[in-house]
Parts: sequence; C-alpha cells; structure tokens
Amino acid sequence: MKRILVIAGNTYREAVRDRVLYLLLFFAGSTIILSRLLALLAVGDRVKIIMDVGLASLSLFGALVAILVGTSLVYREIDKKTIITLVAKPIHRHEFLLGKFFGLVFTQLVILLLMTLFFQAFLFIHTLRLDGPIFLAALYIFLELILLTAVAILFSSFSTPILASLFSLSFYVIGHFSRGLLTLIRKVPVGAGRSILRFIYFLLPDLENFNFKTEVVHHLPIPGTLLVKSAIYGLFYALFILVLTVLVFRRRDFQ
Amino acid sequence: MDAVLKIERLRKSYSTGFIPKKKEILRDVSLEVEPGEIFGYLGPNGAGKTTTLKCLLGIVFPDGGTISLFGQPHLALKPKERIGFLPESPYFYDHLTAAEFLDFYGRLFALGRAERAERIAGLLRLVGLEKAAKVRLRKFSRGMLQRIGLAQALINSPDLLFLDEPLGGLDPVGRKELRDIILRLKQEGRTVFLCSHILQDIEMICDRVAILVEGRIVKMGRLGDLISEKVLFTELEVGGLDPRELEKYGPCLAGRDGRFLLKVFDQEQVSEVLDLVRDRGGRLHSLLPRTQTLEDLFMGMVKQP
Repeated sequence: MKRILVIAGNTYREAVRDRVLYLLLFFAGSTIILSRLLALLAVGDRVKIIMDVGLASLSLFGALVAILVGTSLVYREIDKKTIITLVAKPIHRHEFLLGKFFGLVFTQLVILLLMTLFFQAFLFIHTLRLDGPIFLAALYIFLELILLTAVAILFSSFSTPILASLFSLSFYVIGHFSRGLLTLIRKVPVGAGRSILRFIYFLLPDLENFNFKTEVVHHLPIPGTLLVKSAIYGLFYALFILVLTVLVFRRRDFQ
Repeated sequence: MDAVLKIERLRKSYSTGFIPKKKEILRDVSLEVEPGEIFGYLGPNGAGKTTTLKCLLGIVFPDGGTISLFGQPHLALKPKERIGFLPESPYFYDHLTAAEFLDFYGRLFALGRAERAERIAGLLRLVGLEKAAKVRLRKFSRGMLQRIGLAQALINSPDLLFLDEPLGGLDPVGRKELRDIILRLKQEGRTVFLCSHILQDIEMICDRVAILVEGRIVKMGRLGDLISEKVLFTELEVGGLDPRELEKYGPCLAGRDGRFLLKVFDQEQVSEVLDLVRDRGGRLHSLLPRTQTLEDLFMGMVKQP
C-alpha cells in the first residue's frame, strides 16, 4: 500500500506540474463566469441557468482532464522508458498501475473541489445563499471521473495517447447516450430483438447513472436507493476496468 | 560461496513487424556471478546485453530458462530490495528535482525520512551533483542524467548493481570518477554486473567477463585466463632508414617526420632490426611488445562467432 501511495504522490506531482491542467482549469473557470452572460440572454430563472452551465462545465472539464491526462499517464512512462527503472525496483506491476490511478483520481478530486468551491462562490454572489446539493452533484461527477480515469488508464496501457483519447472519448459519449436504448427496448416487441438490445445495454456503460444535475438545479428529491445504486455501479465498474488493466499489463514486455 | 546471480539456459525472442516474425535475441545464455566481483558483460550492439538485463529485472519475460538472484526467483520482491539498476541512456521523471527524484526512489524502498535525507546528500556528493539538488531533471545534460541515474541505483545501498553502458555520455573525467566509484563499491564487498562495449574500461576494472555475440555467450572467464600474455608482435618506430630495408621484417607503414612503424611478428628478428638501425645510423623512437588485449579477443570473437 505504501508503494502505491508513493507512486500516487509522484503522479499527483507530475499532473499538477503539467500546464495542460491549468489551461483546462482556466477554461472551466471562464465557462462558469460566462454562464452569467448566458443567463442574461435567457428567459426564465437565471440562477438555474448559471447552475446548469456551471455543473455541466464541472463535468465536461473534469472528463477532459481524465481523458487527456489519464491517457498519456501510462503511455508516457513506457514511451520515455521511465517505467524500466521503476519495474526494476521492488514493486508489483499492479502497484504501479494502482499508484497511477489513485494519483490521477486524487488530482481530479483536488481540481473538482477547487472548481466546485469557485462555482459555489460565484453562485453565492448571485443568490447570497449556499447551495449544498451542488456538492452532491459534484460528488457524483467525481464518481463518473473515477470510472473515466480507469478507462483512460486501461486504453493507455496498450495504445498510443491519440487512440486512447479517442477510445475514452467514445466511452464517455456512448456512456451518456446509452440510456436511449432503454426507450428503444420498451418499444421493441418481446422476443430475441429485445433480448439482444438488453444485452447490448448491459455491455455499454451508462454514465447517466451519475448525472444528478437536473435534480440539483430544479431542487427535485433524489431517492437514497438511487444514490447508493449509482455509487455501487460506478465503483464496481471502475474495479472491473482496473482488473482488466492489470491483466493487460501483467505480462507485458517493455522493450 | 553461492552465486548472487545465476542464469540457466535463458532464451528470449521478440516478434516484430506487421506480420509477426520471431527474432531470437538470447539463445541458451547461462552464467553465474560470484559475490564481490565485477562482472563484465560484453558484446557488440544488438548482441542481447540489454535484453539479458531486462529479463533479469523483470522488465521483459523470458521464453525459457531460469534466473535466480540471491538464490531466489528473480521476480520475487525480496531480491529486488538488494539490487540497483542504472539503465542505458537513462530517462527519468523530468518534472522532479534531483533531490525529489532520489527521495521518490528512497520511498519506494521504504527508507525512513532521516535515512533518505542522509543518503540523498551523500549520493549527490558522490556523483558530484550537490549544487544541482534543486534543479529539475529536464535541465540536466546527458552526463548529469547518467550521474543522477547512478545515484538512484545506489539509493538502497544495493548488494548487486546492474549497470548498462554506464560510461556512455560521460566525459573523460566523469569516466574516471565512475570507474573509481565502481572499484570502491567492489572494495565495500558489493557485486557489479557491468554491460558495456567500451573494452578499455572493462579491461581496467572487471574480474571476469562474458562475451555475448548474437545472443550466445562465446567466451567467459577471468580476464587473465582469457587473454594470452604471450607477445603477439613488436611495434618499432624507426627513423633515418630506407623503408625497403625494413619491409623484409614485417609490414612497414610511413609515419610523420620520416618515421616508419614496423610490426615484427618473429620475436627473434627484433634484435636483427635493432642491429640494423644501429649499423645504418638510424634512430629508434619506440619499441613496444604487444600482448593480446581484450579488444583483440573481442574482435576475434565477434568476427568468428
């Protein structure tokens, strides 16, 4: 465990010294500020628009960090041959991978916390009250980012950063649209067709499980069981992806 | 004494190309390294030296054969705690400073804070990088990277040190310093496994060598046993004579200032040449009997595997 923490610490340090991260943070902050402008142009509850755009930017920029940083993490170690010195040390390969994963997850946590606090402060200027549920939405965005980080690391363990980014982005997009299959399943008559669609839905990720933005923005009640189910879904999915990554990585030659 | 490293019938091949084609890199490599010795692992580029090291350290997986380190399977963590490794052309985390970099590796070996601080200061001093402790590695020259690489290899005070082409990228002063460090490690009772193709350095510091050609060990043993001390030929640098008079003793090459370099293979003819030089009023500038060198042995092996 100690070795995982050492590698995680180094990964965090590497990530926070990467300029890409600050560029993304700058754009995330700018988007939150611009949401005020958007609210001025819109008809309706302006605060809700600010919240909508703000939460969406937390989710989007977090996903970009996971994909852009995550996909280059392991690949860069292999490409720059830093992994050669590391593997020669008394560490297991899975410890290396888990260290990378937790390092990036911790980076995501810090970034998301910073962005959420900034967003909360920005919102406070307009509403003069603190909105607790925003932290709940951010927590589930974080769960989604954990899963996305695991996926990015899986792809980066056997392909180039460009391909890994494309695969991870596809995972993200598919994950947010796969729920549409449920509507289709309801409209298809019972039989083989429906079963196949159900199987496909089961295989595909459903990242809408982590999307509580609408409920938070409109102050709708969220059932506790749904929160628990979503959290379990995210954590087990991430665990499954990490196990796959370890299996891919275990017997890989670093030439 | 038990061998610190034992390799038996090690085989490794890589598949390359779009339609995978197997290329054999190591073919039944077997060797043993005794505690406290400096073992030179020689071979031309592409002979399989680095692949052997990568197999030993679990960076690549062999197709066959067995490797044991300190009597244990090489992939176990325990023996790795007693090993240091400096890779060829080291690439390290360039976002870290030299001190942070060593601290990172010290933590991987679970060294305590005080012990790390002490070792880092000592190692930076040893490799001459005290002033660069707070400089990020991305600003380091190749020679400096080689030095910090050696420091990371020594952070756990290893019993067995693997060095892959450690002298590459170092200037003559750096090479001398590194040779001294390696000899000091031997004096401390540590074992060094040195991969190199810089024969001069190997000859100066290694106790035993193995020569690897096309994935096979073609020669292995103590340097004194491998290299013949018999004089192969005598090189004479002579001036003030007609080269036609010298050519009958051996090949004669024109040098600078009217001098000629004569190689005499028959040792009994050397005194004849000396008599000739004296009788004809010539000048003898140098006389050098040449015994076999590691380079001669190496070249012979590489040409005829």
